[in-house]
Amino acid sequence: MLGTALLLILGMSIVAFIVGRASGRRFLRASGSSIHSLPSYHGLFVAVWVGVPALVLVLLWAALSGTIVDSLLLASLPDSMTTGVTGAGLDLVLSEIKNVAAGLLFGEPRPEIVEAAARLNRWDALAGWAMVVVVFALMIVAFAVARTRLAPRFRARNAFERWLSGLMIAASVGAILVTVGIVVSLLVESLAFFRMVPIGEFLFGLNWEPQMPIRADQVAGLGAFGAVPVFLGTIVIATVATLFAAPVGLFTAIYLVEYASERVRSVVKPVLEVLAGVPTIVYGFFAVLTVAPAIRSTGNSLGLAASPNSALAAGVVMGIMLIPFISSLSDDALRAVPRSLRDGSLAIGATRAETVRKVMLAAALPGIMGGVLLAVSRAIGETMIVVMAAGLIATLTINPLDSVTTVTVQIVTLLIGDTAFDSPKTLAAFALGLVLFLTTLLLNVIALRIVNRYREKYD
Amino acid sequence: MTVIDAPATGPDWSSAASNANRRRRYAADRRLRIYGLTAIIIAVGVLVILLATVLTGGASAFVQTRVTVEFTIDPELVSADNIQRGNYRQIITNAVAELFPEIADDRTALTAAGRILTSNAQFFVRDAVVADPSLIGRTLTLAIPASDPFDQLNKGTIARDLPEEQRRVNDRDTALFDQLVDRGLVSTPFNWGLFFNADSRFPELAGLRGAIIGSFYLLLVTLLVSVPVGIAAAIYLEEFARRGRWSRLIEVNINNLAAVPSVVFGLLGLAVFINFFGLPRSAPLVGGLVLSLMTLPTIIIVTRAALKAVPPSIREAAYGIGASKHQMVLHHVLPLALPGILTGTIIGMAQALGETAPLLLVGMNAFLTAAPGGITDAATALPTQIYIWADSSERGFVAKTSAGIVVLLLFLIVMNAVAIFLRRRLERTW
Repeated sequence: MLGTALLLILGMSIVAFIVGRASGRRFLRASGSSIHSLPSYHGLFVAVWVGVPALVLVLLWAALSGTIVDSLLLASLPDSMTTGVTGAGLDLVLSEIKNVAAGLLFGEPRPEIVEAAARLNRWDALAGWAMVVVVFALMIVAFAVARTRLAPRFRARNAFERWLSGLMIAASVGAILVTVGIVVSLLVESLAFFRMVPIGEFLFGLNWEPQMPIRADQVAGLGAFGAVPVFLGTIVIATVATLFAAPVGLFTAIYLVEYASERVRSVVKPVLEVLAGVPTIVYGFFAVLTVAPAIRSTGNSLGLAASPNSALAAGVVMGIMLIPFISSLSDDALRAVPRSLRDGSLAIGATRAETVRKVMLAAALPGIMGGVLLAVSRAIGETMIVVMAAGLIATLTINPLDSVTTVTVQIVTLLIGDTAFDSPKTLAAFALGLVLFLTTLLLNVIALRIVNRYREKYD
Repeated sequence: MTVIDAPATGPDWSSAASNANRRRRYAADRRLRIYGLTAIIIAVGVLVILLATVLTGGASAFVQTRVTVEFTIDPELVSADNIQRGNYRQIITNAVAELFPEIADDRTALTAAGRILTSNAQFFVRDAVVADPSLIGRTLTLAIPASDPFDQLNKGTIARDLPEEQRRVNDRDTALFDQLVDRGLVSTPFNWGLFFNADSRFPELAGLRGAIIGSFYLLLVTLLVSVPVGIAAAIYLEEFARRGRWSRLIEVNINNLAAVPSVVFGLLGLAVFINFFGLPRSAPLVGGLVLSLMTLPTIIIVTRAALKAVPPSIREAAYGIGASKHQMVLHHVLPLALPGILTGTIIGMAQALGETAPLLLVGMNAFLTAAPGGITDAATALPTQIYIWADSSERGFVAKTSAGIVVLLLFLIVMNAVAIFLRRRLERTW
């Protein structure tokens, strides 16, 4: 039905364009050069009047009709089926109805369900046709209104350009809406979580065992949501990653800026770009398959007990991922140091190492610090490497050879599989997401501020 | 003009202390140089090891062990009027008994020998007979994929010198398989199934078809949503918006959005698209919407850069011949900026293709044995398929995972190569 509606809109817009342009041409023939806009602008003017409102209506309809039909469906069920049933139970009933409506039968459904399924199919067909009819009517009205406004002196171009500006403004507001959507969805679900688990316990509790019993008689943890071990694990892995990536990235940048010949640069730069372009899932697989066993056997031969999914393995591989990031930001910062400073230092007899250390690094330090902070923020938010290579159990430790878990790992494991939006287990993921979002945002803002302040100094 | 005399007394540059000092300073310079070289060697070495691991691990999954077997399509077992429901299991058993006449009476040995072929062998025979019903009553020769343990035995992944109890195939079955090899019935052709089969529980049959189609739909949705919105927003911000609070706010917002962790976008998709709007779980529609929100900042940023690179003289010339501001932008500036926008878009799409975490959250890691038929069907994508395989305990999926990564990297290389080619070809300097 949606496809039909979209095709209908496209077809009607084209028709509207042709009709509008024909009017424009008639004006041109009738009144010579005194016409304000070119005929094609008359066509475009009618076409946007017909197409845009209809498109908006269809998208809204498609987005909302599912929810509306669902709530109508639940309201139409006999009270005996809905009273006292929680959100998850209602979802179950709904999905059963939908399965029956789609012709998928498992066993013998209750008669109420069969009845509801028939109702659902009827309503869906009705809603689909209603949408097409309403959209068609809207397009006819818009077409009529737009056509009456066409005249030789009508400023069709200006009117069309106003539409265009409106669409562009809507697109830029869309970018803001994404941020608003992130903040609102995280906040709403987190607040629901904090109604079940006090925020103090979440932020300062030392015990993280989110596995809740699903049925009353199941033996499982009672569910503890103290996120400190998770935060600590994230910090451990991010620290390992930064400690690995910062020196390697920085020294790479120094060598490339100060010592490397054009040939070395032309080899190393693409290598770094490839490292930056490798998807993180590949790094995760690499960590599991190569790095973790290597660290484990090295640890064993040194007499250290290393866990098979140690924080060290995940951290080092994450560090590898961050090398190109840090090196390119440090490279930019070093290159932004005014040439006169560098030449001055070399001219008074300093070696290149002294120039780098005492002049270039000193001047580029804010930029490099900003780059490292951005890298830390990436390490905290990175997901696939740790999902594959880090542990699932939250242990309160700072030993990098132990297995730790991270915020992102917990978000993914809590939400994989079927999720109901009323258990603290699911909502905990959103609370962790909120912490993650705020932390990375804070780090980014600080980093950009440092970088910008430094830039002002030399411009 | 004053003459500057050289200072009468100064440091003695050739004294032992000076020499030692100089040597120390030069050593420090060499050390920094060595640190830099070491760092570069680490970065390059890691990339080489990474690629070598994936390539050597995945190479074996690009060929497949097949066993050529003659099946007698007995009319008693398959009747012409109900071909679908024939007793193909029995046909397989008979064929295996014919292969190994010496154990034809030993039922347990025969069952074990039957496990050399993939468990889905009967469906290969059925499909061949359904396609050509005239086969009934004749013999049919097919190269059937070997089951995973024997596939690995043939490729040498299972070491033959291990003690029997540590091996996945025992001595008797190994001997049977070697007998087939000696008779020339075992071949290792290129594994087209890797690309044209959907996912399967059996490693020897699992392929990327569903994942490739799923990724295609994902990128289609991403392209259709993020490119028009991104370009429109960029044009507005770069060409029309008055510099002020509002446009600064949008700019800061877009820069921060580009740095939001991808998993947060997954949370957004779950809460808004699935929970609030009730869109279907695991569908490329939802995954694509999430990915387009992620690529939106990238596209806006590259488009703005491309628009900025068009020189003001073009704009002045357009105004000079009487163009309106919209005409100037749409007819003159945008076409000149298109190559840059196109390159940036391809790079953004390549990033979207490799993205995994948000797709896991919207459920695109389901086990599906059929390719999706549209953007609202449940689907997997290339990276999530790799994740599923990496997560599965069957040994045979390790090579599959590497092969999947090789395929993903190939797609990425092609996309980036196209972007570089376009940049070289279409870029103009003013």
